[in-house]
Order: sequence, then C-alpha cells, then structure tokens
Amino acid sequence: MFPPSTLSRGMRAAAAAALILTVLVPDAFALQVPALRGRVNDTAGMLSPGAVRQLDILLQDFEQKDATQIVVLTVASLEGAALEEFSMRVAERWKIGQKGLDNGAILLISRADRKVRIEVGYGLEGRLTDLKAGRIIREVIVPEFRAGRFDRGVVNGVQAMIDAVRGEFQAAEKKEADDLAMANLTDTIPFLILFVFLVFSLGRVSRPLGTAAGGFLMPFLGHMAFSPGLGTLAVLAGIGLVAGFILSVIAGLAPAIGSRPYGRRSGGGYGGFPGGFSSGGGFSAGGGGFSGGGGSFGGGGASGSW
Amino acid sequence: MKSGKFFSAMVLAVAMTFTGCGYNTMQQQEEKVFKAWGDVEATLQRRADLIPNLVETVKGYASHERQTLEAVVNARAKATSVKLSADDLSDAAALQRLQQSQGELSSALSRLLVVVEQYPDLKANENFKDLQNQLEGTENRINVARQRYNEAAEEFNSSIRSFPNSLTNSLLLHLKRKEYIKADEAAKAAPKVKF
Repeated sequence: MFPPSTLSRGMRAAAAAALILTVLVPDAFALQVPALRGRVNDTAGMLSPGAVRQLDILLQDFEQKDATQIVVLTVASLEGAALEEFSMRVAERWKIGQKGLDNGAILLISRADRKVRIEVGYGLEGRLTDLKAGRIIREVIVPEFRAGRFDRGVVNGVQAMIDAVRGEFQAAEKKEADDLAMANLTDTIPFLILFVFLVFSLGRVSRPLGTAAGGFLMPFLGHMAFSPGLGTLAVLAGIGLVAGFILSVIAGLAPAIGSRPYGRRSGGGYGGFPGGFSSGGGFSAGGGGFSGGGGSFGGGGASGSW
Repeated sequence: MKSGKFFSAMVLAVAMTFTGCGYNTMQQQEEKVFKAWGDVEATLQRRADLIPNLVETVKGYASHERQTLEAVVNARAKATSVKLSADDLSDAAALQRLQQSQGELSSALSRLLVVVEQYPDLKANENFKDLQNQLEGTENRINVARQRYNEAAEEFNSSIRSFPNSLTNSLLLHLKRKEYIKADEAAKAAPKVKF
C-alpha cells in the first residue's frame, strides 16, 4: 500500500525539481532580459540622447494613432546566447503590443555580436513579413551601421518598420480588445456574488469559518477568471482571508445592530490587519509610464548582421 | 429561511468542489495542446510552401545541382504526406514518423544551402535573399511552435497525472498522455543563414 504512494511522491518531487530547473536555470546562467524602461532601451549606449528622444516621440506618437507598440533594445553583447532565442525571451517577458491584437515589434541590436533582429508580433506578421523585415535590416539598417552611423540606422529602421505597419490597426481597436478582456472578467461576476453570499453565510456561523472560506474561495475565483501563477494565487488567498474576515465581521454585526447597541464594534484592534496583506498585491507593473500591453509573438521577423 | 440559505450554500460548495476536481481544467489543457499542435502544423506547412519557390530560384543559377534539388523536392513531398490527427498526438510512433520526415526535409534543405554557397551570383540575388529571410523566419517559427507545444503537453501530462485530476481522468474522461516533440539531430542542422 505504501510503496506506490512514496513512488508517486518521489516522481512528483522529481518532476517538480525538473520543472524548477527548466524554469530557473536558463534565467540563472543565460543573458538576463533587461527591465523595460521605455520605448527605447539603449543598454549598450549606442545612441545619442537626441536620437533616443526623437525615437521616443516618434514611437509614442505612433502608438497613440495606431495602438501599435514598437520598442528598441540595444545590448552590449548576447554573451553567447542565440540571437533568436534571446529575442524571443525579450518578447515573452515584455509582451509588447496590445493584448488580443498582438501588434508589437521589437528592434534588437547586439553591439559586440554586430547582430540585428526585428521580432514581429502575430498581429503585424501580415504587413511586416519576414521578407519585409529582412529588407529593412539589409537595406536600411545594415548600410548605416557599417558606416558607424547607429543613430541614423536605428531611426531610419524604426521609421521603415512604422511605414510597413501603419494603418494595420487603429487606436480605437485597442479599446475593443480591452472590452473583450473586460467581458471575460464579467463572466466571473455571478461567481463573485455567490462567493460573497457563501462567505457571508458561513461568517454568520463563525468568524474563522468565514475567513477560511474567503481564503479558499478567492484563489479559486482567480483561477477561474485568469488562471494565475502560484504567487498570484497565494496573494489572492491572502486577499480572500482578509475579505472573508471582513465579511464575517459584517455578517456578525448585521443582526447585532438592532439588538445590541454596543455591538461587537470593539474590533478596532483588527484595524491594521488588512493593511498587512494589501502590500502584497504586486499588481503595479512599473516601467516609467510605459509597459507592454500583453501582445504575443510567434517567432516571426528577420535577423541580420553588419 | 436559515436552512434555505444553508442549503444553497451547500449546493454552491458542491459545485465548487466539482470545478476543483479538474474536469474542466484538464479538457481546457488538452485543447491548448491541440491548438499548440495546430500552430506546429501551420509552421511546417509554411515551410513546405516556401520550398517550390526556393527550388525554382536556385535552379535558375545552379541547374546542374539536380541531385540536391531533387532530394529537397522528394523530401518535401514525403514530409507533406505525413499528417497526424489529434488522436495521433498520444501515439509515439506516429509522432516519430512525422519527425523523421520533417527531419529529412531539414537536412535536405541544409545540404541545398551548403551547395548554394558556391554560387556568389545566386547569393547576391535579391529574390534569393528574400527567400532566405523567409526560410529563416519559418525555421524560427517552427522552433517556437515546437517549444510551445511541448510546454502545453507537459502541463497537460502533469495535470492528468496529479491528484485529484488523475482520479477524475481515470473515472470520467480517459484522456491520454501527449507525446513530446524531440528536437532531432536533423532539425538541429537546420539551415543557418549567413550574410
């Protein structure tokens, strides 16, 4: 009776270890994806401040009109990583482009490797094809880079990318995509109401029961709404505990308000309790006023070298 | 009144537990595997579609490399004839067949691109450069699609094996484990384009 269970536990542990290895090891040893600081991320210091400003204005303006996001990243070296592999990791981390439209593109330049890549999101593949991206690299960027004119190469290259995809999307479509995401979220509202009702009922019976129910149901709800990662689930459990507790207190108060004037309002000592959890949100995605919109990439684009 | 409330709470709790047994999750995960597989097939088809054009272009400059060109054409014909259904994803032999034929196409292609190195006129041809970009982009897409398929399959496989999903699966769903696509030696030698 026991061996099978220990075996499966051992196998599960091995699977977990393998998973952790595959998830962590590339991050630990390979080149890190830099933080997204803005539309132009010149970590290799190849561009002049003037060019960075010019690009930033150009790209910001374009995003306002077309909702399409294009970002530039320069790195000093790939440190042995394959260009396409690193580029895909950047794309998956930054999620450039709007969710649902996938209208993002990345111009990646590695100084020491003398390599350029244009990574194209799914939504732009029709306009900025591999062929087009390859021509932009070959005919616009590489000649300037060979002459040492990095500013001009990048500005002209980005301009060519914009020209290629202009008109594919309108800023209004971003709203539609947002609405779609909202609709997805509103599907869970009936469950949210049931959740509140259930916790409320259990909280009437006993406060710990309500709190526990909240802690259990909240991550559950989150799982149904947007299948989050383990970390988010833990945070949701925390939020659920607080919400469950508060609901239980309210539920406990509800009948007491009429019959007992002093009620159970001496719960002031609990005031600081929710605060301890609220800091665990981690939802604020920083990035200096600019962040990827959740676009996805499938490996389209082209590479070149100078 | 109060018992009515408790009753509805109990019904809800049962409904919640049912969602928690993985009945829906496993099927959603399987759909993700199928979708990821669809992407793999689409990228493979994309590569197959590029080949006639590539062969024509190379022929114009290197017509006496008939053997190499024919090998590519034959490998393409063979690769496009191997099709998998959704059920075949659980069949290691079927997946192996597909990988084998695609691997042969990859190595035929890389032999062709080695031959091309001897024709500077062809390499300087704009049309050929465009084709190289497209081929390279397609190879990259195949890699990405393959990796995403494997991730989806891994998530599904571990899901149907872990409790309580394993119980639900053996009692109700009977979903089968999905095979992984291994990066074979031939695919590793996929054409690398140099400028």
